[in-house]
Amino acid sequence: MTEKVKVRIDGEVIAATAGQTILEVARTNNKYIPALCYMEGLSTVGACRLCMVEVSGVSRLLPACTTPVQEGLAVATTSPQLESYRKIALELLFAERNHVCAVCVSSGHCELQTLAQEHGVTSVRYPYSYPRLPVDMTHPRFVLDHNRCVLCSRCVRTCAEVEGAHVWELAGRGIGSRLVSELQRPWGEATSCTSCGKCVQACPTGAMAEKGWGVEEMTKRRAAVSRLTSMREGE
Amino acid sequence: MDKARIGTCWLDGCAGCHMSLLDTDEGIIAILRKADIVFGPLVDAQEWPEGVDVALVEGAVSSQDDLKLAQTVRSRSRIVVALGDCAVTGNVPSMRNGIPTRKLLERIYVEGATVCPGVPTDGVPGLLKQAEPLHSAIKVDVHVPGCPPKANAILMVLGDLLEGREPDLGSKLRFG
Repeated sequence: MTEKVKVRIDGEVIAATAGQTILEVARTNNKYIPALCYMEGLSTVGACRLCMVEVSGVSRLLPACTTPVQEGLAVATTSPQLESYRKIALELLFAERNHVCAVCVSSGHCELQTLAQEHGVTSVRYPYSYPRLPVDMTHPRFVLDHNRCVLCSRCVRTCAEVEGAHVWELAGRGIGSRLVSELQRPWGEATSCTSCGKCVQACPTGAMAEKGWGVEEMTKRRAAVSRLTSMREGE
Repeated sequence: MDKARIGTCWLDGCAGCHMSLLDTDEGIIAILRKADIVFGPLVDAQEWPEGVDVALVEGAVSSQDDLKLAQTVRSRSRIVVALGDCAVTGNVPSMRNGIPTRKLLERIYVEGATVCPGVPTDGVPGLLKQAEPLHSAIKVDVHVPGCPPKANAILMVLGDLLEGREPDLGSKLRFG
């Protein structure tokens, strides 16, 4: 028997199940908490820091995607402080790589772009780092553009947890972190890749795309990936 | 009452933001009832005049001329608006930033040339090391992203600024 708990989200009392995360409870109850690295059906990593929330009695901010609820927990999903931190996190993502929306296949369907617009990011206060990054075109059907990668690791988790192939991994540290396929082999030479394309569908930006699309043309079917895990539950 | 003065210019951009300004159609007539356009590709003035109320600047800061014009605009204008993604983020012009300028110019004008190979120096301004957003060179008061910003976003921003309000793009905010 699963234990029921009562939590408060933005003042509203909500019934939840112990073990659920704050983000899951919020989303099932139509309370919006922004997130980029979270995707329904995948494990959580707390990488993007956009879902940070205020929990009463806790002096630091906590990521809603990795924090389990417990009886009596009271959460604020928005505040001037949270809004300002979320803007900082978004601006740092933009400053870190070359997110040139004007020439991106995912423009108009990009989660990073949408979040920036929702949060009123009109410019980036930090100096852009303009790293020189490669574009891996070696796969016959897909492209990996490191310029647009936010290191959310949704592709890594999708490949490992849903497809079971574990082609992707994050290598390096800090600003030097890169997404790599099969021990740094080009994607087209990764023998464990099944070419299923689920990583592409899970990618929130234009970092992974199908070949053949022009600017603004690549739409993704993220729900299809999430649905696979939900259908497997109880097997 | 004196009319307000609007100036427009483009640095390293494609003129698309100015096209979007023209795309305001009859909306521009309402703006021109309240303001004159005193500088820009659409008017004859040769030098950015003193006492501009609203400056619309398209394009990234990419050459020595861009930098000089941006500084003149700033010193002679009350409100500076970064118009469009190039001015706001660097956008497409900034895609050269990972490549040293000498290598870049030689690749295009020497290796890529079929006639008269040689990096042009006469009559063209020197390139800066990187194409940067406008706010990295001068203080910017209002950012209007978009590639280009939609005509109705430009109209709204101009309308607000001429009425003395701080513009809030809200749902009209978009990159790309």
